[in-house]
Amino acid sequence: MRPYALLVLAGFRQQSAYRLAALAGLVANTTFGFLKVAILLATVEAAGGELNGYDAGSMAAYIWISQGLLGSVNLFGRTEVAERIRTGDVVVDFLRPLDVQGASVATEVGRNLFALLPRGIPSVLVGALVVGMTMPTTPLPYLLGAVSVLLGITVSVTTVYLVAATGFWLVETRGVQILYMVLSGFLAGLFVPISLFPAPLLALASATPFPSMLQYPVDVLSGRVEGLAALGLVAAQVAWLVATAALGQALTRRGRHKLEVQGG
Amino acid sequence: MSSERITETPIIETRGLTRTFRVRDGLTRRTVVAVEDLSLRVDPGEAVGYIGANGAGKSTTIKMLTGILVPTSGEARTCGLRPVADRRRLARQVGVVFGQRSQLWWDLPVGDSFALLAAIHRLSPADAASRRDELVAQLELEEFWTTPVRQLSLGQRMRAEVAAALLHRPRLVILDEPTIGLDVLSKQRLREFLVAERREHGTTLLLTTHDMGDVERLCDRVVLVDRGRTVYDGDLAGLSRTVGAQRVMTVDLAEPVPATALALPDGASHVGEQGHGLRHRIGFDSERATAAAVLAAVSTAAEVLDLSIEEPDVEDVVRRVYASRR
Repeated sequence: MRPYALLVLAGFRQQSAYRLAALAGLVANTTFGFLKVAILLATVEAAGGELNGYDAGSMAAYIWISQGLLGSVNLFGRTEVAERIRTGDVVVDFLRPLDVQGASVATEVGRNLFALLPRGIPSVLVGALVVGMTMPTTPLPYLLGAVSVLLGITVSVTTVYLVAATGFWLVETRGVQILYMVLSGFLAGLFVPISLFPAPLLALASATPFPSMLQYPVDVLSGRVEGLAALGLVAAQVAWLVATAALGQALTRRGRHKLEVQGG
Repeated sequence: MSSERITETPIIETRGLTRTFRVRDGLTRRTVVAVEDLSLRVDPGEAVGYIGANGAGKSTTIKMLTGILVPTSGEARTCGLRPVADRRRLARQVGVVFGQRSQLWWDLPVGDSFALLAAIHRLSPADAASRRDELVAQLELEEFWTTPVRQLSLGQRMRAEVAAALLHRPRLVILDEPTIGLDVLSKQRLREFLVAERREHGTTLLLTTHDMGDVERLCDRVVLVDRGRTVYDGDLAGLSRTVGAQRVMTVDLAEPVPATALALPDGASHVGEQGHGLRHRIGFDSERATAAAVLAAVSTAAEVLDLSIEEPDVEDVVRRVYASRR
Protein backbone atom coordinates (compact mmCIF):
# COMPACT_ATOMS: atom_id res chain seq x y z
CA MET A 1 0.00 0.00 0.00
CA ARG A 2 2.94 2.31 0.61
CA PRO A 3 3.36 3.43 -3.02
CA TYR A 4 -0.32 4.42 -3.16
CA ALA A 5 -0.10 6.29 0.15
CA LEU A 6 2.88 8.20 -1.24
CA LEU A 7 0.89 8.98 -4.38
CA VAL A 8 -1.85 10.51 -2.22
CA LEU A 9 0.83 12.67 -0.63
CA ALA A 10 2.29 13.52 -4.04
CA GLY A 11 -1.14 14.58 -5.30
CA PHE A 12 -1.57 16.73 -2.22
CA ARG A 13 1.78 18.41 -2.75
CA GLN A 14 1.26 18.83 -6.49
CA GLN A 15 -1.98 20.66 -5.87
CA SER A 16 -0.25 22.91 -3.34
CA ALA A 17 1.71 24.37 -6.26
CA TYR A 18 -1.43 26.17 -7.39
CA ARG A 19 -2.20 28.50 -4.50
CA LEU A 20 -3.55 31.41 -6.49
CA ALA A 21 -5.97 29.09 -8.28
CA ALA A 22 -7.09 27.84 -4.87
CA LEU A 23 -7.73 31.41 -3.74
CA ALA A 24 -9.79 32.08 -6.86
CA GLY A 25 -11.74 28.91 -6.10
CA LEU A 26 -12.41 30.12 -2.57
CA VAL A 27 -13.75 33.44 -3.84
CA ALA A 28 -16.07 31.61 -6.26
CA ASN A 29 -17.23 29.18 -3.55
CA THR A 30 -18.12 31.90 -1.06
CA THR A 31 -19.77 34.09 -3.69
CA PHE A 32 -22.09 31.25 -4.69
CA GLY A 33 -22.50 30.46 -1.00
CA PHE A 34 -24.01 33.90 -0.40
CA LEU A 35 -26.24 33.43 -3.44
CA LYS A 36 -27.52 30.14 -2.03
CA VAL A 37 -28.00 31.76 1.37
CA ALA A 38 -30.22 34.42 -0.19
CA ILE A 39 -32.38 31.89 -2.06
CA LEU A 40 -32.57 28.97 0.37
CA LEU A 41 -32.92 30.93 3.60
CA ALA A 42 -35.73 32.93 1.97
CA THR A 43 -37.36 29.63 1.04
CA VAL A 44 -37.11 28.37 4.62
CA GLU A 45 -38.58 31.63 5.87
CA ALA A 46 -41.42 31.49 3.34
CA ALA A 47 -42.17 27.94 4.50
CA GLY A 48 -42.68 29.27 8.03
CA GLY A 49 -39.16 28.83 9.44
CA GLU A 50 -38.98 25.05 8.82
CA LEU A 51 -38.75 23.15 5.55
CA ASN A 52 -38.52 19.33 5.41
CA GLY A 53 -36.54 19.29 8.65
CA TYR A 54 -34.34 22.28 7.79
CA ASP A 55 -34.43 25.48 9.84
CA ALA A 56 -32.35 28.58 9.07
CA GLY A 57 -29.34 27.31 11.09
CA SER A 58 -29.22 23.82 9.60
CA MET A 59 -29.85 25.18 6.09
CA ALA A 60 -26.92 27.54 6.54
CA ALA A 61 -24.78 24.60 7.71
CA TYR A 62 -25.83 22.65 4.58
CA ILE A 63 -24.95 25.61 2.34
CA TRP A 64 -21.51 26.32 3.76
CA ILE A 65 -20.35 22.76 4.21
CA SER A 66 -21.46 21.87 0.68
CA GLN A 67 -19.74 24.98 -0.71
CA GLY A 68 -16.63 24.07 1.24
CA LEU A 69 -16.62 20.54 -0.15
CA LEU A 70 -17.06 21.76 -3.71
CA GLY A 71 -13.32 22.24 -4.18
CA SER A 72 -12.59 18.69 -2.98
CA VAL A 73 -15.46 16.65 -4.38
CA ASN A 74 -15.12 16.20 -8.11
CA LEU A 75 -18.48 17.24 -9.56
CA PHE A 76 -16.96 18.52 -12.81
CA GLY A 77 -15.90 15.18 -14.19
CA ARG A 78 -12.47 16.27 -15.29
CA THR A 79 -9.38 14.29 -14.31
CA GLU A 80 -5.77 14.14 -15.26
CA VAL A 81 -6.06 10.52 -16.35
CA ALA A 82 -8.75 11.38 -18.93
CA GLU A 83 -6.35 13.87 -20.43
CA ARG A 84 -3.55 11.30 -20.28
CA ILE A 85 -5.64 8.75 -22.16
CA ARG A 86 -6.52 11.37 -24.76
CA THR A 87 -2.90 12.43 -25.35
CA GLY A 88 -1.39 8.96 -24.92
CA ASP A 89 0.63 9.92 -21.84
CA VAL A 90 -1.16 7.07 -20.10
CA VAL A 91 1.55 4.77 -21.52
CA VAL A 92 3.79 6.00 -18.73
CA ASP A 93 1.22 4.85 -16.18
CA PHE A 94 1.12 1.41 -17.74
CA LEU A 95 4.91 1.20 -17.51
CA ARG A 96 4.83 1.24 -13.72
CA PRO A 97 4.39 -1.80 -11.52
CA LEU A 98 1.17 -0.26 -10.21
CA ASP A 99 -2.52 -0.68 -10.75
CA VAL A 100 -3.36 2.13 -13.19
CA GLN A 101 -6.74 2.86 -11.64
CA GLY A 102 -5.36 2.70 -8.09
CA ALA A 103 -2.53 5.09 -8.91
CA SER A 104 -4.89 7.58 -10.55
CA VAL A 105 -7.40 7.45 -7.70
CA ALA A 106 -4.68 7.87 -5.06
CA THR A 107 -3.23 10.92 -6.79
CA GLU A 108 -6.63 12.56 -7.32
CA VAL A 109 -7.69 11.95 -3.72
CA GLY A 110 -4.47 13.62 -2.61
CA ARG A 111 -5.16 16.64 -4.83
CA ASN A 112 -8.70 16.95 -3.53
CA LEU A 113 -7.65 16.63 0.10
CA PHE A 114 -5.32 19.57 -0.34
CA ALA A 115 -8.23 21.73 -1.51
CA LEU A 116 -9.80 21.37 1.94
CA LEU A 117 -7.12 23.66 3.33
CA PRO A 118 -7.41 26.73 1.10
CA ARG A 119 -11.03 26.24 0.00
CA GLY A 120 -12.97 23.87 2.28
CA ILE A 121 -12.22 25.10 5.74
CA PRO A 122 -12.17 28.84 4.87
CA SER A 123 -15.57 28.56 3.13
CA VAL A 124 -17.11 27.05 6.23
CA LEU A 125 -15.45 29.68 8.45
CA VAL A 126 -16.68 32.55 6.28
CA GLY A 127 -20.19 31.17 6.42
CA ALA A 128 -20.08 30.55 10.18
CA LEU A 129 -18.78 34.04 10.89
CA VAL A 130 -20.87 36.06 8.45
CA VAL A 131 -24.15 34.17 8.33
CA GLY A 132 -24.07 31.83 11.31
CA MET A 133 -24.99 28.15 11.22
CA THR A 134 -26.01 25.32 13.52
CA MET A 135 -23.27 22.74 14.13
CA PRO A 136 -23.17 19.69 16.43
CA THR A 137 -21.94 20.20 19.99
CA THR A 138 -20.70 16.62 20.53
CA PRO A 139 -17.52 15.17 18.98
CA LEU A 140 -19.06 12.09 17.35
CA PRO A 141 -20.61 13.81 14.31
CA TYR A 142 -17.26 15.43 13.58
CA LEU A 143 -15.40 12.12 13.72
CA LEU A 144 -17.94 10.28 11.61
CA GLY A 145 -18.22 13.40 9.45
CA ALA A 146 -14.48 13.32 8.71
CA VAL A 147 -14.78 9.69 7.60
CA SER A 148 -17.81 10.57 5.52
CA VAL A 149 -16.06 13.52 3.85
CA LEU A 150 -13.08 11.31 2.97
CA LEU A 151 -15.43 8.70 1.56
CA GLY A 152 -17.34 11.36 -0.37
CA ILE A 153 -14.16 12.66 -1.96
CA THR A 154 -13.05 9.14 -2.83
CA VAL A 155 -16.41 8.11 -4.31
CA SER A 156 -16.35 11.20 -6.51
CA VAL A 157 -12.87 10.25 -7.69
CA THR A 158 -13.72 6.61 -8.41
CA THR A 159 -16.86 7.71 -10.25
CA VAL A 160 -15.05 10.32 -12.33
CA TYR A 161 -12.48 7.64 -13.14
CA LEU A 162 -15.32 5.83 -14.92
CA VAL A 163 -15.82 8.91 -17.09
CA ALA A 164 -12.11 8.87 -17.90
CA ALA A 165 -12.12 5.11 -18.59
CA THR A 166 -14.68 5.60 -21.37
CA GLY A 167 -11.75 7.30 -23.11
CA PHE A 168 -10.28 3.86 -23.85
CA TRP A 169 -13.13 3.56 -26.35
CA LEU A 170 -14.04 7.17 -27.11
CA VAL A 171 -10.62 8.89 -26.81
CA GLU A 172 -12.33 12.27 -26.42
CA THR A 173 -14.51 12.14 -23.31
CA ARG A 174 -15.71 15.72 -23.12
CA GLY A 175 -19.30 14.78 -23.95
CA VAL A 176 -19.41 12.19 -21.17
CA GLN A 177 -17.76 14.65 -18.83
CA ILE A 178 -20.39 17.32 -19.52
CA LEU A 179 -23.16 14.79 -18.99
CA TYR A 180 -21.56 13.85 -15.69
CA MET A 181 -21.30 17.51 -14.67
CA VAL A 182 -24.95 18.19 -15.46
CA LEU A 183 -26.16 15.17 -13.49
CA SER A 184 -23.74 15.22 -10.60
CA GLY A 185 -24.32 18.69 -9.19
CA PHE A 186 -28.06 18.30 -9.20
CA LEU A 187 -28.26 14.73 -7.89
CA ALA A 188 -25.48 15.20 -5.34
CA GLY A 189 -27.54 17.92 -3.68
CA LEU A 190 -25.37 20.86 -4.63
CA PHE A 191 -28.19 23.24 -5.58
CA VAL A 192 -30.85 22.18 -3.07
CA PRO A 193 -30.70 19.39 -0.47
CA ILE A 194 -32.01 16.18 -2.03
CA SER A 195 -34.48 15.80 0.85
CA LEU A 196 -36.36 18.71 -0.72
CA PHE A 197 -36.76 16.70 -3.93
CA PRO A 198 -40.18 15.21 -4.77
CA ALA A 199 -40.27 11.49 -3.86
CA PRO A 200 -39.59 10.04 -7.35
CA LEU A 201 -36.64 12.35 -7.89
CA LEU A 202 -35.30 11.57 -4.42
CA ALA A 203 -35.57 7.85 -5.22
CA LEU A 204 -33.71 8.44 -8.48
CA ALA A 205 -30.94 10.40 -6.77
CA SER A 206 -30.58 7.74 -4.07
CA ALA A 207 -30.04 5.13 -6.77
CA THR A 208 -26.90 6.97 -7.96
CA PRO A 209 -23.51 7.49 -6.31
CA PHE A 210 -23.95 11.27 -6.39
CA PRO A 211 -25.53 11.89 -2.93
CA SER A 212 -22.63 9.88 -1.44
CA MET A 213 -20.29 12.57 -2.71
CA LEU A 214 -21.89 15.63 -1.16
CA GLN A 215 -25.28 15.28 0.49
CA TYR A 216 -24.37 12.41 2.82
CA PRO A 217 -21.10 13.91 4.09
CA VAL A 218 -22.90 17.22 4.68
CA ASP A 219 -25.72 15.46 6.55
CA VAL A 220 -23.31 13.49 8.73
CA LEU A 221 -20.92 16.34 9.45
CA SER A 222 -23.64 18.88 10.20
CA GLY A 223 -25.33 16.43 12.57
CA ARG A 224 -28.61 16.63 10.63
CA VAL A 225 -28.51 12.84 10.43
CA GLU A 226 -27.26 11.14 13.57
CA GLY A 227 -26.67 7.77 15.18
CA LEU A 228 -27.63 4.65 13.27
CA ALA A 229 -29.03 6.65 10.39
CA ALA A 230 -25.67 8.39 10.00
CA LEU A 231 -23.92 5.02 10.00
CA GLY A 232 -26.40 3.95 7.32
CA LEU A 233 -25.31 6.85 5.10
CA VAL A 234 -21.64 5.98 5.62
CA ALA A 235 -22.42 2.36 4.76
CA ALA A 236 -24.11 3.54 1.55
CA GLN A 237 -20.97 5.52 0.72
CA VAL A 238 -18.79 2.45 1.28
CA ALA A 239 -21.09 0.42 -0.97
CA TRP A 240 -20.84 3.01 -3.76
CA LEU A 241 -17.08 3.18 -3.34
CA VAL A 242 -16.79 -0.58 -3.76
CA ALA A 243 -19.20 -0.62 -6.72
CA THR A 244 -17.56 2.24 -8.63
CA ALA A 245 -14.05 0.97 -7.91
CA ALA A 246 -14.95 -2.53 -9.12
CA LEU A 247 -16.55 -1.14 -12.27
CA GLY A 248 -13.44 0.98 -12.84
CA GLN A 249 -11.25 -2.12 -12.56
CA ALA A 250 -13.38 -3.96 -15.08
CA LEU A 251 -13.41 -1.02 -17.52
CA THR A 252 -9.64 -0.63 -17.24
CA ARG A 253 -9.09 -4.31 -17.92
CA ARG A 254 -11.39 -4.28 -20.94
CA GLY A 255 -10.20 -0.86 -22.05
CA ARG A 256 -6.56 -1.94 -22.18
CA HIS A 257 -7.43 -4.19 -25.06
CA LYS A 258 -8.98 -1.25 -26.88
CA LEU A 259 -6.17 1.15 -26.07
CA GLU A 260 -4.68 2.77 -29.12
CA VAL A 261 -1.99 5.04 -27.87
CA GLN A 262 -2.49 8.51 -29.22
CA GLY A 263 0.32 10.72 -30.40
CA GLY A 264 2.87 8.05 -31.34
CA MET B 1 24.43 -11.90 -10.96
CA SER B 2 24.78 -15.30 -12.56
CA SER B 3 25.10 -14.03 -16.09
CA GLU B 4 25.65 -17.46 -17.59
CA ARG B 5 22.24 -18.66 -16.62
CA ILE B 6 20.58 -15.48 -17.87
CA THR B 7 22.18 -15.72 -21.30
CA GLU B 8 20.21 -18.88 -21.95
CA THR B 9 16.91 -17.02 -22.28
CA PRO B 10 16.65 -14.06 -24.63
CA ILE B 11 15.60 -10.71 -23.18
CA ILE B 12 13.25 -10.13 -26.06
CA GLU B 13 11.72 -12.80 -28.22
CA THR B 14 8.81 -12.29 -30.60
CA ARG B 15 7.20 -14.65 -33.03
CA GLY B 16 4.94 -13.36 -35.78
CA LEU B 17 4.10 -10.29 -33.73
CA THR B 18 1.43 -8.27 -35.51
CA ARG B 19 -0.64 -5.23 -34.60
CA THR B 20 -3.26 -3.56 -36.73
CA PHE B 21 -5.27 -0.43 -36.06
CA ARG B 22 -8.67 0.60 -37.31
CA VAL B 23 -8.46 4.09 -38.69
CA ARG B 24 -11.35 6.32 -39.63
CA ASP B 25 -10.88 7.63 -43.13
CA GLY B 26 -13.70 10.01 -43.91
CA LEU B 27 -16.85 7.95 -43.50
CA THR B 28 -15.26 4.57 -44.01
CA ARG B 29 -12.87 2.70 -41.78
CA ARG B 30 -9.78 0.95 -42.94
CA THR B 31 -7.23 -1.26 -41.27
CA VAL B 32 -3.67 -0.08 -40.94
CA VAL B 33 -0.94 -2.60 -40.24
CA ALA B 34 1.54 -1.04 -37.81
CA VAL B 35 3.64 -4.11 -37.13
CA GLU B 36 3.54 -7.17 -39.34
CA ASP B 37 4.86 -10.61 -38.55
CA LEU B 38 7.81 -9.39 -36.51
CA SER B 39 10.18 -12.07 -35.31
CA LEU B 40 12.95 -10.59 -33.24
CA ARG B 41 15.39 -12.00 -30.73
CA VAL B 42 17.57 -9.88 -28.50
CA ASP B 43 20.01 -11.54 -26.13
CA PRO B 44 21.13 -10.17 -22.77
CA GLY B 45 23.78 -7.50 -23.07
CA GLU B 46 23.03 -6.56 -26.66
CA ALA B 47 22.55 -2.97 -27.75
CA VAL B 48 20.06 -2.81 -30.59
CA GLY B 49 19.14 0.23 -32.64
CA TYR B 50 15.59 -0.17 -33.86
CA ILE B 51 15.24 2.25 -36.71
CA GLY B 52 12.84 3.14 -39.46
CA ALA B 53 10.84 6.05 -40.80
CA ASN B 54 8.01 7.64 -38.86
CA GLY B 55 5.07 5.27 -38.87
CA ALA B 56 7.25 2.22 -39.51
CA GLY B 57 5.91 0.59 -36.36
CA LYS B 58 8.78 1.19 -33.94
CA SER B 59 6.80 2.67 -31.07
CA THR B 60 4.01 0.16 -31.52
CA THR B 61 6.54 -2.64 -31.16
CA ILE B 62 7.96 -1.14 -27.99
CA LYS B 63 4.47 -0.76 -26.55
CA MET B 64 3.72 -4.41 -27.26
CA LEU B 65 7.02 -5.52 -25.75
CA THR B 66 6.24 -3.65 -22.53
CA GLY B 67 2.62 -4.80 -22.24
CA ILE B 68 1.01 -1.44 -23.00
CA LEU B 69 -0.54 -2.49 -26.29
CA VAL B 70 -2.15 -5.85 -26.87
CA PRO B 71 -0.91 -7.59 -30.04
CA THR B 72 -3.47 -8.41 -32.72
CA SER B 73 -1.70 -11.72 -33.23
CA GLY B 74 1.62 -13.37 -32.60
CA GLU B 75 3.59 -13.76 -29.44
CA ALA B 76 6.07 -11.77 -27.41
CA ARG B 77 8.21 -12.58 -24.39
CA THR B 78 10.15 -9.86 -22.62
CA CYS B 79 12.56 -10.84 -19.86
CA GLY B 80 10.91 -14.25 -20.11
CA LEU B 81 7.52 -12.80 -19.17
CA ARG B 82 4.27 -12.34 -21.07
CA PRO B 83 4.08 -8.54 -21.49
CA VAL B 84 0.32 -8.02 -21.16
CA ALA B 85 -0.47 -10.67 -18.56
CA ASP B 86 2.64 -9.99 -16.45
CA ARG B 87 2.76 -6.24 -17.04
CA ARG B 88 3.45 -5.25 -13.45
CA ARG B 89 6.15 -7.87 -12.86
CA LEU B 90 7.75 -6.93 -16.14
CA ALA B 91 7.73 -3.23 -15.21
CA ARG B 92 10.19 -4.01 -12.40
CA GLN B 93 12.71 -5.35 -14.91
CA VAL B 94 12.34 -2.83 -17.72
CA GLY B 95 13.14 0.86 -17.82
CA VAL B 96 11.61 2.91 -20.61
CA VAL B 97 12.12 6.47 -21.74
CA PHE B 98 9.67 7.92 -24.24
CA GLY B 99 11.43 11.06 -25.40
CA GLN B 100 8.10 12.76 -26.00
CA ARG B 101 6.50 11.91 -22.66
CA SER B 102 7.49 12.52 -19.09
CA GLN B 103 7.45 10.03 -16.26
CA LEU B 104 8.35 12.67 -13.69
CA TRP B 105 5.90 14.51 -11.46
CA TRP B 106 5.50 17.81 -13.22
CA ASP B 107 4.80 20.07 -10.25
CA LEU B 108 7.18 18.46 -7.77
CA PRO B 109 10.94 18.89 -7.30
CA VAL B 110 13.03 16.40 -9.31
CA GLY B 111 14.14 14.60 -6.14
CA ASP B 112 10.53 13.85 -5.17
CA SER B 113 9.98 11.87 -8.36
CA PHE B 114 12.90 9.64 -7.45
CA ALA B 115 11.58 9.09 -3.93
CA LEU B 116 8.20 8.11 -5.43
CA LEU B 117 9.73 5.83 -8.05
CA ALA B 118 11.87 4.12 -5.41
CA ALA B 119 8.71 3.37 -3.43
CA ILE B 120 6.80 2.30 -6.54
CA HIS B 121 9.53 -0.19 -7.41
CA ARG B 122 9.80 -1.22 -3.76
CA LEU B 123 13.52 -0.60 -3.54
CA SER B 124 15.04 -0.88 -0.10
CA PRO B 125 16.00 2.54 1.29
CA ALA B 126 19.71 1.69 1.23
CA ASP B 127 19.55 0.35 -2.33
CA ALA B 128 17.52 3.33 -3.52
CA ALA B 129 19.93 5.80 -1.92
CA SER B 130 23.07 4.26 -3.39
CA ARG B 131 21.60 3.96 -6.86
CA ARG B 132 20.21 7.48 -6.69
CA ASP B 133 23.58 8.91 -5.65
CA GLU B 134 25.25 7.05 -8.49
CA LEU B 135 22.80 8.43 -11.05
CA VAL B 136 22.90 11.94 -9.63
CA ALA B 137 26.68 11.96 -9.92
CA GLN B 138 26.87 10.45 -13.40
CA LEU B 139 24.09 12.47 -14.99
CA GLU B 140 24.85 15.64 -13.02
CA LEU B 141 21.40 16.05 -11.56
CA GLU B 142 22.63 17.83 -8.44
CA GLU B 143 22.20 21.38 -9.75
CA PHE B 144 18.46 21.01 -10.35
CA TRP B 145 17.58 18.30 -7.82
CA THR B 146 15.22 20.60 -5.89
CA THR B 147 13.77 22.37 -8.96
CA PRO B 148 10.20 21.54 -9.97
CA VAL B 149 10.23 19.40 -13.10
CA ARG B 150 8.20 21.93 -15.11
CA GLN B 151 11.02 24.46 -14.73
CA LEU B 152 13.74 22.22 -16.18
CA SER B 153 15.28 22.77 -19.59
CA LEU B 154 14.75 19.95 -22.09
CA GLY B 155 18.32 18.74 -21.67
CA GLN B 156 18.01 18.67 -17.90
CA ARG B 157 14.68 16.92 -18.07
CA MET B 158 15.95 14.21 -20.41
CA ARG B 159 18.84 13.47 -18.05
CA ALA B 160 16.35 13.19 -15.21
CA GLU B 161 14.06 11.00 -17.36
CA VAL B 162 16.86 8.60 -18.18
CA ALA B 163 17.93 8.45 -14.54
CA ALA B 164 14.31 7.81 -13.53
CA ALA B 165 14.04 4.91 -15.97
CA LEU B 166 17.25 3.37 -14.63
CA LEU B 167 16.64 3.84 -10.89
CA HIS B 168 15.41 0.28 -10.38
CA ARG B 169 18.41 -1.21 -12.23
CA PRO B 170 16.34 -2.67 -15.08
CA ARG B 171 17.79 -5.56 -17.08
CA LEU B 172 16.35 -4.06 -20.24
CA VAL B 173 16.41 -0.37 -21.06
CA ILE B 174 14.23 0.87 -23.90
CA LEU B 175 14.81 4.36 -25.17
CA ASP B 176 12.35 5.81 -27.66
CA GLU B 177 13.92 8.88 -29.26
CA PRO B 178 15.98 9.78 -26.18
CA THR B 179 18.00 12.53 -27.82
CA ILE B 180 15.20 14.24 -29.73
CA GLY B 181 15.55 18.00 -29.48
CA LEU B 182 18.79 17.88 -27.50
CA ASP B 183 21.83 20.02 -28.31
CA VAL B 184 25.10 18.40 -29.30
CA LEU B 185 26.62 18.60 -25.83
CA SER B 186 23.59 17.15 -24.09
CA LYS B 187 23.45 14.30 -26.60
CA GLN B 188 27.10 13.60 -26.04
CA ARG B 189 26.75 13.45 -22.25
CA LEU B 190 23.75 11.19 -22.45
CA ARG B 191 25.50 8.79 -24.81
CA GLU B 192 28.62 8.67 -22.67
CA PHE B 193 26.50 7.87 -19.67
CA LEU B 194 24.67 5.07 -21.46
CA VAL B 195 27.91 3.55 -22.69
CA ALA B 196 29.31 3.57 -19.15
CA GLU B 197 26.08 2.20 -17.72
CA ARG B 198 26.11 -0.73 -20.12
CA ARG B 199 29.78 -1.44 -19.52
CA GLU B 200 29.24 -1.52 -15.79
CA HIS B 201 25.92 -3.34 -15.50
CA GLY B 202 25.66 -5.30 -18.74
CA THR B 203 22.26 -3.73 -19.37
CA THR B 204 20.47 -4.68 -22.56
CA LEU B 205 19.55 -1.66 -24.67
CA LEU B 206 16.85 -1.22 -27.27
CA LEU B 207 16.88 2.18 -28.88
CA THR B 208 14.75 3.88 -31.47
CA THR B 209 16.12 7.04 -32.96
CA HIS B 210 16.47 9.16 -36.05
CA ASP B 211 19.96 10.14 -35.04
CA MET B 212 22.77 8.15 -36.68
CA GLY B 213 25.11 9.35 -33.94
CA ASP B 214 23.01 7.56 -31.33
CA VAL B 215 23.15 4.35 -33.29
CA GLU B 216 26.85 4.61 -34.09
CA ARG B 217 27.94 5.30 -30.56
CA LEU B 218 25.51 3.12 -28.67
CA CYS B 219 24.48 0.14 -30.75
CA ASP B 220 26.25 -2.93 -32.01
CA ARG B 221 23.26 -4.14 -33.95
CA VAL B 222 20.69 -2.42 -36.12
CA VAL B 223 17.21 -3.58 -36.96
CA LEU B 224 15.56 -1.58 -39.71
CA VAL B 225 11.81 -1.77 -40.16
CA ASP B 226 9.66 -0.64 -43.03
CA ARG B 227 5.86 -0.68 -42.94
CA GLY B 228 5.91 -3.03 -40.00
CA ARG B 229 8.38 -5.50 -41.49
CA THR B 230 12.05 -6.08 -40.74
CA VAL B 231 14.14 -5.24 -43.78
CA TYR B 232 17.60 -5.33 -42.27
CA ASP B 233 19.08 -6.96 -39.19
CA GLY B 234 22.82 -6.79 -38.65
CA ASP B 235 25.61 -4.41 -37.77
CA LEU B 236 25.60 -0.76 -38.67
CA ALA B 237 28.52 -0.91 -41.07
CA GLY B 238 26.68 -3.56 -43.01
CA LEU B 239 23.62 -1.33 -43.26
CA SER B 240 25.59 1.64 -44.55
CA ARG B 241 27.38 -0.68 -46.96
CA THR B 242 24.17 -2.07 -48.40
CA VAL B 243 23.10 1.41 -49.43
CA GLY B 244 26.51 2.98 -49.89
CA ALA B 245 25.91 5.65 -47.27
CA GLN B 246 28.88 7.92 -46.87
CA ARG B 247 30.23 10.48 -44.50
CA VAL B 248 31.07 13.73 -46.21
CA MET B 249 34.09 15.87 -45.32
CA THR B 250 34.07 19.49 -46.37
CA VAL B 251 37.51 21.15 -46.45
CA ASP B 252 38.42 24.80 -46.95
CA LEU B 253 41.86 25.22 -48.48
CA ALA B 254 44.34 28.10 -48.29
CA GLU B 255 44.73 28.13 -52.08
CA PRO B 256 42.61 26.78 -54.94
CA VAL B 257 43.34 23.21 -55.93
CA PRO B 258 41.63 21.35 -58.79
CA ALA B 259 39.77 18.22 -57.83
CA THR B 260 42.05 16.10 -59.94
CA ALA B 261 45.09 17.17 -57.89
CA LEU B 262 43.68 15.56 -54.74
CA ALA B 263 45.13 12.07 -54.28
CA LEU B 264 42.26 10.56 -52.37
CA PRO B 265 42.62 7.22 -50.58
CA ASP B 266 40.58 4.12 -51.39
CA GLY B 267 36.98 4.42 -50.33
CA ALA B 268 36.91 8.20 -50.72
CA SER B 269 35.52 10.11 -53.66
CA HIS B 270 35.16 13.71 -54.68
CA VAL B 271 31.53 14.85 -54.54
CA GLY B 272 31.73 18.58 -55.21
CA GLU B 273 33.67 21.83 -55.11
CA GLN B 274 33.04 25.53 -54.61
CA GLY B 275 35.01 28.76 -55.00
CA HIS B 276 37.03 27.41 -57.95
CA GLY B 277 38.70 24.74 -55.85
CA LEU B 278 38.88 26.57 -52.51
CA ARG B 279 36.27 24.30 -50.95
CA HIS B 280 35.91 20.59 -51.66
CA ARG B 281 33.39 18.03 -50.54
CA ILE B 282 34.73 14.52 -50.23
CA GLY B 283 32.59 11.51 -49.54
CA PHE B 284 34.12 8.51 -47.82
CA ASP B 285 33.06 5.15 -46.50
CA SER B 286 34.08 4.82 -42.83
CA GLU B 287 34.71 1.14 -43.36
CA ARG B 288 37.38 1.69 -45.97
CA ALA B 289 38.83 5.11 -45.25
CA THR B 290 39.32 7.06 -42.04
CA ALA B 291 38.72 10.79 -41.74
CA ALA B 292 42.41 11.14 -40.85
CA ALA B 293 43.49 9.42 -44.06
CA VAL B 294 41.25 11.68 -46.15
CA LEU B 295 42.55 14.75 -44.36
CA ALA B 296 46.16 13.65 -44.77
CA ALA B 297 45.61 13.13 -48.48
CA VAL B 298 44.10 16.59 -48.91
CA SER B 299 46.85 18.21 -46.81
CA THR B 300 49.51 17.07 -49.24
CA ALA B 301 47.87 19.18 -51.96
CA ALA B 302 47.25 22.36 -49.95
CA GLU B 303 47.04 23.75 -46.42
CA VAL B 304 43.64 22.96 -44.84
CA LEU B 305 42.11 26.01 -43.11
CA ASP B 306 38.89 24.47 -41.91
CA LEU B 307 36.93 21.28 -42.13
CA SER B 308 33.64 19.73 -41.16
CA ILE B 309 32.26 16.21 -41.38
CA GLU B 310 28.64 15.33 -42.05
CA GLU B 311 27.44 11.96 -40.85
CA PRO B 312 24.97 10.05 -43.00
CA ASP B 313 21.78 10.29 -40.99
CA VAL B 314 19.45 7.43 -40.34
CA GLU B 315 16.76 9.16 -42.35
CA ASP B 316 19.04 9.16 -45.36
CA VAL B 317 20.08 5.53 -44.96
CA VAL B 318 16.49 4.54 -44.36
CA ARG B 319 15.35 6.48 -47.40
CA ARG B 320 17.89 4.72 -49.56
CA VAL B 321 16.92 1.31 -48.24
CA TYR B 322 13.27 2.10 -48.80
CA ALA B 323 13.97 3.44 -52.29
CA SER B 324 15.82 0.26 -53.20
CA ARG B 325 12.81 -1.80 -52.14
CA ARG B 326 10.22 0.01 -54.23
